[in-house]
Amino acid sequence: MIDYVLKRMIQLIPALLIVSVVSFSIIYFAPGDPAETLCTGPDGTANPKSVEAFRTKMGLDKPLYTQYLIWLNNVLHGDLGYSYQSGSPVFNHIKRAFGATFKLSVVSLIISLAISIPLGIISAIKQNSPVDVACMVGASLGVSMPNFWLGLLLMLLFGVYLGWLPVAGYGDGGDLEHILLPAITLGTGSAAITARLMRSSMLEALGQDYIQTARAKGVSERIVISKHALKNALIPVVTMIGLNFGYLLNGSIVVETIFGWPGIGRLTIDSINMRDYMMVQGCIMFVAILFVVINLLVDISYRYIDPRIRYDAAR
Amino acid sequence: MMQHDKHDSWVTNTVARVRESRSAMLGLATVVSLVLLAIFAPQLSPNDPTEVCLGDRLISPFKESKYPLGTDHLGRCVLSRLLYGARVSLAVGITVVGVSTAIGVALGVVSGYYGGILDSAIMRLVDATLSFPSIFLAVVIAGMLGRGLASVMIALVAVEWTSYARVSRGSVLSLKEKEFVESARSLGARDSHIMTRHILPNIIAPVIVVATIGMAYVILAAAALSFLGFGAQPPTPEWGAMLNAGRVYMRTAPYLTILPGFAIMLLVLAFNLLGDGLRDILDPRRVVVE
Repeated sequence: MIDYVLKRMIQLIPALLIVSVVSFSIIYFAPGDPAETLCTGPDGTANPKSVEAFRTKMGLDKPLYTQYLIWLNNVLHGDLGYSYQSGSPVFNHIKRAFGATFKLSVVSLIISLAISIPLGIISAIKQNSPVDVACMVGASLGVSMPNFWLGLLLMLLFGVYLGWLPVAGYGDGGDLEHILLPAITLGTGSAAITARLMRSSMLEALGQDYIQTARAKGVSERIVISKHALKNALIPVVTMIGLNFGYLLNGSIVVETIFGWPGIGRLTIDSINMRDYMMVQGCIMFVAILFVVINLLVDISYRYIDPRIRYDAAR
Repeated sequence: MMQHDKHDSWVTNTVARVRESRSAMLGLATVVSLVLLAIFAPQLSPNDPTEVCLGDRLISPFKESKYPLGTDHLGRCVLSRLLYGARVSLAVGITVVGVSTAIGVALGVVSGYYGGILDSAIMRLVDATLSFPSIFLAVVIAGMLGRGLASVMIALVAVEWTSYARVSRGSVLSLKEKEFVESARSLGARDSHIMTRHILPNIIAPVIVVATIGMAYVILAAAALSFLGFGAQPPTPEWGAMLNAGRVYMRTAPYLTILPGFAIMLLVLAFNLLGDGLRDILDPRRVVVE
């Protein structure tokens, strides 16, 4: 097991290096000279002298690979630079925003699993019944529905017409009232994907020989489903949590923007709009590392849960 | 000759099976209808989609026969904008999926065929791209390149090509040990000939499946990027941008929020249904019950 974990971690190194190169070079995608770009604020370009001073100070006059190595060294020491907008370290902004995103993701994930697992199970047990058809049509709609549209529709219904929930905002540190609408918006999309997977995985489990055996020896249908089939059917759903997390991170960009949730997605969008490039660089780097680590954890847990998978069989 | 016959039966077989699959047919019919609406948008639109008429602002749907689906905050005809919007979404989808397929399949085939360092290098690039949540990466690239549909398309190609590279590499790995490749090689065929004439025709099926579902993803993502303000700029009639402009008037004119979102969902759903249906039909692992 430890061998496997180490092997996977070593495999991550080249990917992480490329991630760092991509994040680093993002600043060079922007039109114009990076020193000028970094010195440009909402008030316009800085004077040429201070741009020159900045260039020397930040080492932007050095060759590109030296710049990259300096930057990488700083990043490895947890220094992602400073937000030109606020002047405080990028890392602090990201830490705060991540807290909000994490909270939203956890609630969304709970909502998603609470919807998808029961529906997936019911669909599988009552395969091809009207209930199953309805669930799967719902899942197709859920996958195809733009989350920004769903968010606005929920806002319209619960915020504007019924007035039950606040339309947007973070409230008092992200309270339940404020988190519900964005979390439902995010959770529904991933619920649609998970429900389909749960259904097919449950159908596969129910078709196995040991289910026949259990039924033959007189185990009640309830126990067959909840103990024998469900346990095995849940395994693929666990890996899905990792994919779900990617889905939630992606969705957070749009949903946080709509609902004014101060998370990492909104921070990224705001930083792009304000041309706060150090922050953009920090956000994309952070999100990528987070994503890679989560996927690693899911891979490890997957193999831990399902002993049938041999550690050395992976790639 | 044998190859050719096999290819023909593969196509007719697929067509027959698509006809049997109700959801694939529904998806196909919807895609075809929406494509026709997009093509004939100039003939079907009651008004010019970008014509501003401030005297006719925010007219609700079904109120005036001149504007069947009402008007937006600048008095522009919503129906005409929705029809022209289908053109934008489909054009973006086709361009991004087309370019991604070309890049992805070329790299995937080369990667799988030659193996070695080239393969490792290409696959690490794929891994690194997949390390980023795709919309995040696309947003950052589009944001850095500047606003506009071109930036959105470049950003989406940058994340989309990996799916095609992976699926074609996987298919090539199993194909290159097959007898017909071996025999072509022993007859002295060049690598480029084997790749384009023998391998490429045989990986079309999985690539079509990925491309169909890719259309759904790209249309959704492009609409999201436009919604966030990075894509289509005014006055281009684009669904995501229409939704973003309309949401300000959510309380007084909810149809400006509801209609464009519904259009996006319909088009995305159609491609998803078609893609899921094709996947079930073309999946070689599927047990054929005849």
